[in-house]
Parts: sequence; C-alpha cells; structure tokens
Amino acid sequence: MSILAYNGSAVIAMKGKDCVAIASDLRFGIQGQTVSTNFEKIFEMGPHLYIGLPGLTTDTFTVLNKLKFRANMFELKEDRKIAPDVFLSMVSNLLYERRFGPFFVEPIIAGLKPKTFEPFIASMDLLGCPNKPEDFVVAGTASEQLYGMCEALWEPDLSPEDLFETISQALVNACDRDALSGWGASVYIIEKDKVTHRRIKTRMD
Amino acid sequence: MGSERYSFSLTTFSPSGKLVQIEYALAAVAAGAPSIGIRASNGVVLATENKYKSILYEEHTIQKVEMITKHIGMVYSGMGPDYRLLVKRARKMAQQYQLVYGEPIPTAQLVQRVAMVMQEYTQSGGVRPFGVSLLIAGWDGDKPSLFQCDPSGAYFAWKATAMGKNFVTGKTFLEKRYSETLELDDAVHTAILTLKENFEGQMTSDNIEVGVCDDQGFRVLDPTTVKDYLANIP
Repeated sequence: MSILAYNGSAVIAMKGKDCVAIASDLRFGIQGQTVSTNFEKIFEMGPHLYIGLPGLTTDTFTVLNKLKFRANMFELKEDRKIAPDVFLSMVSNLLYERRFGPFFVEPIIAGLKPKTFEPFIASMDLLGCPNKPEDFVVAGTASEQLYGMCEALWEPDLSPEDLFETISQALVNACDRDALSGWGASVYIIEKDKVTHRRIKTRMD
Repeated sequence: MGSERYSFSLTTFSPSGKLVQIEYALAAVAAGAPSIGIRASNGVVLATENKYKSILYEEHTIQKVEMITKHIGMVYSGMGPDYRLLVKRARKMAQQYQLVYGEPIPTAQLVQRVAMVMQEYTQSGGVRPFGVSLLIAGWDGDKPSLFQCDPSGAYFAWKATAMGKNFVTGKTFLEKRYSETLELDDAVHTAILTLKENFEGQMTSDNIEVGVCDDQGFRVLDPTTVKDYLANIP
C-alpha cells in the first residue's frame, strides 16, 4: 500500500459564484485503526487563503511548518499579503525541491485573489505539479469517490449556501465509500467579507 | 600563506568611523558620466551620456541603459565593467523570483536584492566595493517607481534625481523643473534638458541614451526617437 494512504484523508475544494469552498474529513488513522476523529487537515494561510494537506500526517505538519515559514518571510520581505496564485507557486517549488525524496502530501489550495476577489482553487501532486481547473479539485484516499460525486453534483455559479450543500454532500458520500476517511467533516466557505467554518456530522463507522 | 592574514575586508572602519573605501567608490561614481532619472505620472525615464572619446568608435554597440525584465530597466554612473556584473546578477535574481513565485519581481524587491549584493561587497574579504551607482526604473502593475542604489548598499526612492558628474547642478535643475503631474513625454524632455545643462560639445542622438518604462514595459528609445526629442530642444 502506498504511504500516501497510511493515515487516510479526503480533501476537496470547489469554486462558486464569488466564493470558494474547501472541506476535509476529520479522521486520523494508522491503516485500519482509527486514532482520532477530530484531525483538521485544512489550515488558514492568510485572509481568504486556505490550504488542505491530505496524505501522510507527519509530512502534513512538516510541510505546513515549512510553508508558514516561507509565507511569513514573504509577507515580511514584501510588506504585503501573499496571493493564492503566488502561494501556489511557492508550495509547488517547496515540493519540487524534494523531487527525489518527496513529502507525501497532495496539497489543495482555495482562496480569493486580492483586490478582485476572484475565486481560486488549485491542487498538486506530491512532486508539486500544479493543476488549476475551473470547477473543483480533490485529493486523498477518497479522491476517486470525490471525483465521482463532484462530476455528478457540481454546477457553475453556485451561491455560498448551495456551494456548502454541494461540497458537503460530495465529501460525505465519497467518504462513505472509502474505509480510510470520514468520521466527521470540516467545511470552509470563503466569501469576500466572511469565512464560515462548519463541522458536519457524518456516519462514524 | 602569509598574505592570508591581510585578506580581510578592504573596507575597514577608519578611527573616525568612516569607511573610506566606500567614499572612494562614491568618488568614482561622481567622476563618471552623468545619468538622470525622472518618475512621471504615467512612467519613468532614464537618460545618460554615452560619449565617445574618438570619432573612430563604432556607435550604438555598447549600451548603458539595460533591460532587466520586461518591466524593469537600469542605468549607471561610474565604472562600466562593475555595472555589467550587476546587470547580470539583477537579471538572474529577477528570473529566480519569477520561477519561485510565478509572477514578475516587484521593482522594490529587485532593488533590495541588488542592494544586498552591493552591501556584500563592502563586508567580504578579497573584494572591493562596486564603483557604480545605479538608477533602477520599474512599472509595477499600475504605478511607476524609480530607485537609486549606491556602492554602500544604500538605496533611495526618488521622484527625480541625477548621478555622476555634476550631479549637484543636475539635482538643482530637476528641483526647479519637477512637478507631480509631469507626463512621460515631458519627463523625457526634462531629462534630456538636464543632461544638456552640463553637456560638453554637441548633444546628438548618438551620444545620449534614453530608456523609458511605462505600462507597456521597459524599452530603450532608438536613436531616431531620441532625435525627435532633441529637435524640440532649443
């Protein structure tokens, strides 16, 4: 089994109309054994900027710390907040620096661009190859199930409320068909003037 | 090797607290060809003298105004060879930034990094400070900026400034001429006029260089365009 599937995870992000959503499951396991059911995999990197780090948990933390360091240094040096597309480049570079001994994480970035507040989502493989689609991005052990749910549920220009419903249904139902993820979920809806964070209840088996 | 003991930084403090090597470097700059920079409301202009000591020189083969990225340009007063090294480093740093962050380097960032290189040469062993001051002009999204970078590693943001030979009179001239509402075309005119103030001999499109930076990016004006500007000067 791949080391990427050692701890189990599911992360997803979607574009809506003037908003984006990013969500993850809450399970932290060691293969089949569930260790914890309140493990957040989504982290705030700035105003209107979130990153999800599914994959090997130890690397989730290492990569998160390295990214926080780089993003903080950027903000200090340039005296401005980091934009989502710039942050994507930064993450991509960090991962590719370990091309031949990679961090086992598949990051997902969601945010709004500064000034225009244009929605932005992106995903990467563990080597840092970026992917910037117009609809949704998924990653983790449940990624195949998530693709299926997203293809079925997502539509363009969803309002924040509809986007919340869509992303939650996609995540919950994908996790039900994956043994390594689920056990609760955490959803962020990012809008121009507010960010809503909700924990949603799911099957706990 | 015995000489290793003396290979510490050339720039060592004098008892009075001065770094004389840096002052000598500034003297080298002040003896160099004059350069002018003016920030207008919709762009920046860089202008410099490029005089030939003999009529046998092939004109327009050696450039002093150089492009660093599409939206940043640079010119110098002082020593040519030192400048070339800084141009090379600046271009490399700009590309490195582009590669890491996926967007063009902000002018202030490039200036900071070039200044860092210049500072390094005031504190390292076995080197001397750069004998140049730089003028760096850039356009960042919606606004122009103009910076000066000195051999000490100090840098300044200017609305308009002069460096090199007769920089004091050049600055006084600019102080009288400058206005916040100046537009790029007028700024080019003013820059050429400032150069002309202390110009020895006939000013032609072959012995001055002008570069401009606006929302279209940075470009060096070709001699025919410079000639048009010169035609408007009494």
